[in-house]
Formats: sequence, C-alpha cells, structure tokens
Amino acid sequence: MIKRPFFGCGKPKLAYAGIDGPEQGDIKDIPVSERAVLFVEAPPSAINDLSFQAGDKIKTGQNLRVSPFSKAAFTSTVTGAISNVAKKKGYLGKPLLSVSIDVTETDEFDEDFARAVQTEEPEETGRYLSELPGAADLNALIHPKTPLETIVVNGMDKDLLVTTQQMIVKSKADDLKEGIEYLKKITGNPKVVLVVPNYLSTEASKSGVEVLTVAPSYPNSLPEMIMKDVLKKVVPAGMDSMSLGVGFISAEGVASLKSAVTEGKPPVAKMVTVIGKDEKTQVVRVRVGTPIHSVLEALQIPMEQGDRLVMGGPMTGRSIYTEEMPILPDTDAIMVQGRDRIVLNGNDPCINCGECIRACPVRIPVNMLVRLLENSQYENAAREYDLLSCIECGLCSYVCEAKIPVFHYIMLGKYELSLMERAEESANG
Amino acid sequence: MDNRKLFVSSHAPYWHNGSSIASKSYNIMLAAIPAVLMGIYQYGAPALGVITFSISCAMIWELVMNLIMKRPISIGDGNAAVIGLMIGMLLPAATPWWVVLIGTFLAIVVGKQIFGGIGCNPLNPALVAIAMLFLSWKGIMDFNEALLNYELGFPMVYPLSTLKYFGVEAISEFSAGALLMGAQIGGIGSTFGLGLIIGGIYLILRGFIRWEIALSFLAGVFITALIFNAANPDVYAGPFFHLLTGYTLIGAFFLSTEDSSSPVNFIPMLIYGALAGFLTVLIRNIGAMVDGVVFAILMLNLANPLLDKIRPKALGKEMENA
Repeated sequence: MIKRPFFGCGKPKLAYAGIDGPEQGDIKDIPVSERAVLFVEAPPSAINDLSFQAGDKIKTGQNLRVSPFSKAAFTSTVTGAISNVAKKKGYLGKPLLSVSIDVTETDEFDEDFARAVQTEEPEETGRYLSELPGAADLNALIHPKTPLETIVVNGMDKDLLVTTQQMIVKSKADDLKEGIEYLKKITGNPKVVLVVPNYLSTEASKSGVEVLTVAPSYPNSLPEMIMKDVLKKVVPAGMDSMSLGVGFISAEGVASLKSAVTEGKPPVAKMVTVIGKDEKTQVVRVRVGTPIHSVLEALQIPMEQGDRLVMGGPMTGRSIYTEEMPILPDTDAIMVQGRDRIVLNGNDPCINCGECIRACPVRIPVNMLVRLLENSQYENAAREYDLLSCIECGLCSYVCEAKIPVFHYIMLGKYELSLMERAEESANG
Repeated sequence: MDNRKLFVSSHAPYWHNGSSIASKSYNIMLAAIPAVLMGIYQYGAPALGVITFSISCAMIWELVMNLIMKRPISIGDGNAAVIGLMIGMLLPAATPWWVVLIGTFLAIVVGKQIFGGIGCNPLNPALVAIAMLFLSWKGIMDFNEALLNYELGFPMVYPLSTLKYFGVEAISEFSAGALLMGAQIGGIGSTFGLGLIIGGIYLILRGFIRWEIALSFLAGVFITALIFNAANPDVYAGPFFHLLTGYTLIGAFFLSTEDSSSPVNFIPMLIYGALAGFLTVLIRNIGAMVDGVVFAILMLNLANPLLDKIRPKALGKEMENA
C-alpha cells in the first residue's frame, strides 16, 4: 500500500507498476479447471426459454444464442457439457446468466468459428468475437452509434500494480501489428493509435501505427485522461468517448484478435496479474471461465475468513464475495488483500480538509459533492457539483482523512441517477 | 455452505494513504509545542495550568456533548484537544480558571457541537470563544491589565496597545529580533514568533494545513501594513511590527487554517487569507480594537461559503449560461 509521504503538501503521486525488470518475464500457465463458468449479459426472463439445456455438449469456440427470443449470445472458451444455468446480477445490477460447464480435458474446436472470422462480415464476426480476452465488448466498436474516427489501443494498465497490458506490448508487439490491421478491416478503417507508458515506446513502435506516450502516473491510463492528455479532446460530462467517435480497446484485445484470425481458433487464454497479500505480482495465463480459486490454488495463495478478494486493482477493482467467481474476458488483475491490511471506512463527516480537491484529476468539488450525496440529493449533485464529470479513479477516497467512502457514494449517485432517468423514460412512453 | 469463508467486501479503492483526523490533530499539537513551551518558560506554572486545564476542559465538554447527543465518542480524534490548546495559547497566563471553563464551553458547545460537531462548524470554535470572552470581560483579555504582576526583563506592555495609544514613536523600544524571540507580552502561546513560524512551516511541509491560506494571510498583513506605513510613517507602524505582534503568526498558521471554516479551492484560499490579513491591519490601524486578528478571521469564516463558490470548471462540464 502506498502511504502518504512524510512531506506532502501537493497531489498524491502514484506510479503505475513498470515492467523494466527481467524478473517480470515469466508468465505462469494455469491448468484448465474441471468446471468453468461463463457469464452472458441477458435479460432474466431468458432463463425461461433457453435454447440449450443441462447436459448439452459444447465445443471451444462454439457460439450459442441464449434463447430464440434474445440476441444475447456467448462463445464458449472450453469444451465440455453444460451443467447448470443460473440468474446472476453483475456490477450495478446488470442482469447476467451464468452458464456452468463441466470441462473435458481435450479441446474440440468449433469449425464455424474460423469461417465466421474469415468472412469479415461485421454481423458474423461480431457475434463470434464479441467477448475476446482483453476485448470484452468488441461489438461496441463494430457497431458504434457515432461513426468511429479513431481507435485507441490502450497499452497501459487501468490500475496500479497491474502489468497485464504492458506485458502484451512488451512481448507481443508483432501480434499487435496484424491485430490492428484486422481491427481496421472490421471497424471501417478508422485511425488507430497505440498509447503506452513512455518507457515502452521502443517496443510499441513495432506495431506500425502512431505511438503516443503517457507519463506512468495514476490516473493517466483511464480513457477520459487519455482523451484529454493525448488526443486533446474533452469528453462531455455524463458521456463516453464513443460519443466523440473514439473507441478504446486494450492491447490484449488486439493481440487476441490477431490469434483468432491467423489461427482460426478462438483465443481463450486471458493474461491476469495476480496481486498477492504481500503486494508481489505474478502474471498468469488462464482460461476465461476458470474459477478464481483454481488460480489462487495454483499460485498457493490461501484465502482466509476476513480477507478481501478483488477483481481488478487496488484503486478501481471490484471486491467479490466468492472464490467461485470465474475469470472474465476483462479481468486484468486479481488482488488478494490480507485482513491485516484492510482499511475500514470511518464514520466521521467531511472535515473540509481539501485533500480530495487537490487529488481530483477533473476538478470536481468533492467536499460539497459528498455532502449532497450523503443526503441522497443526486439530481442536485449532478447539476451543481459535477457528479457526472467523475472519471472513477478513486483518488478522493484514497486521500480522505475522514475515510469517507467517497467513490462508493459517487457510484451510488450515478446509479440512482440512471434509475431515475430510466423511470422517467418509461413514464414518458 | 455453512463453512464458507466470509470475505470483507466494500467498494474501491482498497488502499488508503494512511492519513487520519487524529494524526492531523496530533501533528498540529506537536507543531504548537515550541510556542507553548516558551510561554510556559516565561510565565511558569500559571501558564502550564491554563494550557492543560483548557485542553482537558475542552475534551470533557466534547465528551459531555457526545453523551448528551448520543453520538459516538469523538475525543479520540484530537480535534477537541486542539481547540482547547488554541484557546490556552490565546489567553494570558493569569486567566482565572472559570474563564477557561467558560471559554472551552463556548468553543466546544456553542462553536462546534451545536452545529453538528467536527466538520460542521461555520466559524473557528477557538475564535468564537475568544471573541465572546473578549466582549464579555474586557479586563481579562487586556494583556497589560492581566499580566500586571509579571516582570520578565522586557517591556511589560502589549506592543499593539502601545502602538494604538502612544503612537509609532513609543514602539521603537521593540526590535524585530526581540519580538521574534518572544520578548513581548501576550497570549501564552502566541508571542514566540520563531516557534510559531517553525511550527507553521512544519505543518505546511507535512501538508496538514493549506499553505495558500497561511501565506496569503501573512502577505495580506504585510502589504496592507506596508501601504499604511508608506502613506504616513508617523502614524502607522511598519509591516514587520504587524507581522510579529499580537495574534498575527498564530492566526496565520493555526487559526485561519482551521479546516471546516476555511475554503478549499485555490483562488478562494488566496482571497480568504489576503482579505483576513487586510482586515486585521485595518482594524488595528483605524478600528476601535487593539488587535484585529480574531474578528478579521471570524468575518472571513462567514464569507467562506460564498468565497468557495469560485471554483474551476470540472472537466467536461458545459457552461450553461454562456
């Protein structure tokens, strides 16, 4: 945990983990587990008319529609038999179906996959490539609402301590070149730029596209910050970069695309940085759908009662309550935090110390915002105190002297606002 | 599923930089120690008595209010102790015990708790108490009268009263060096200029107070005094005299920087500090009172919510009234 320096009257300075040292080079392969779980974003009603059932065989790379009445589909990352389908809720109440599969050891690859990828028909490829490791939502780039002008290949990691994307840039720069070419084909030939931390610019230049560098200090790798610092475009509050015609894809997503196209097999392995209790990191290659406990067991990291398990990094990750949770296509990191290192939130009110004002990269008046959010004044918070400008970096909570869960309040505020908007829309017809 | 391990779950971030209200309070008290020790050295046991009684009374009032209002016990965060310490530092050594008791009551109960406790006070609690004591018992806060029985080897007159009532010529006996080393009468912890400056620099470097406020306050005092002095050096004292006497230094580093009653945005902090400094010299030079720090800072505390509305535009925010 990075503590406040002894002398510190300015902004907090948090550097991303670099990968200069050779010891980072070894990537450990995690064996395929007996059971895999895949999540599909689908309305809860889909469970009533599933187009498959328990016991059905499924091949690696096989694309299945959840139900005849829904567009929701998923591509299997393992070969085996479906054992169970259940309703789940994701972050912010996103409705999900979880499909459990009993895995057989040898992979059988679905032939339709290679054919679909080669057609370069946006519809077909989009269906099969919708959830690649590192590119959880490729469809958003294939079917953008605003025509895409630029695609940013993000070679920086989203969070501190994580080295997943940097590893890809360092070791697979040649793959990026081919992946980018294919990406351009299926997205209508936009301009592609590669963003990397400044110490990786030599490796990144092998990709053959324009390379833009960013200083490796948090939160420079978040999309809004890259838009502002590198592309000199400001994302309007409450919108995302897609509305300005700029799409983001991770470096790993591009590398996955490359292997999907050249090998005709679905890329199924996800690179994951595992952050242990001592904050030592290890990059592993693991099959999407593998439960987290298999990863932790392979690395001999024991979880005990009262510890914390996080998908993602220390600033923006999501804590989860079970080791059964599978590795998802966008899981860049898993963090295990021992209970002795957990900092609990306090119950003091805001003392107006101004640390959050110094820390906020987008100049939100956090001290006022948190007062409104504590009192459920969400609309007022968005109108007067810039709730929707928040880029979700978590620095305000990190520096809060009163240990207020500011970031939690902000996400709650955004969620409540989205519910209000939805209610308003349905009321208006 | 009975033996399933339970994990701690919460929202990101999972790191914290380790700061806390308590560590801030204790560091402020640490920074005040040089000035307080000098006061105790000069005035002896009575000064020690006032300081310690003030701190303990403030903590007891806080505890009493916690119990009455059925709120979590909050004396552990050290804020009440800091307020008690500040009151002690502002009072003269000969203050009777009941004044300290009433003063801490006014600060903790009237100045802080009835507004909702820490973070909710619109005014600096210690200054609320001192202002009320000053208006209620003039003799107690008149340093010439209160410290009549002391002989410490330097002029036993309050420099600012001398300036007010006898003019610029009379203050020639105070050299800047002597004032800096604490050779002046005044509040227990507010006369040792060097100690206060060292404490203030410590707090600024460690990031416990906002440097913008402290420095702009000093700049406000300096520039205003300089203008007055340049306009008529026979009537108005020079800027260094104003910087080193009265409550100026303790005001700059310990009072105006109180978190809840001061702004947090950059430009408001500068305006707040500079205006408080300006008002201080204005009260001293043409107002009725001898020292202006207390009321200048209280006035600017009132302006704080308005000042803090001057803030930078958040990223991506559209101007609607263009």
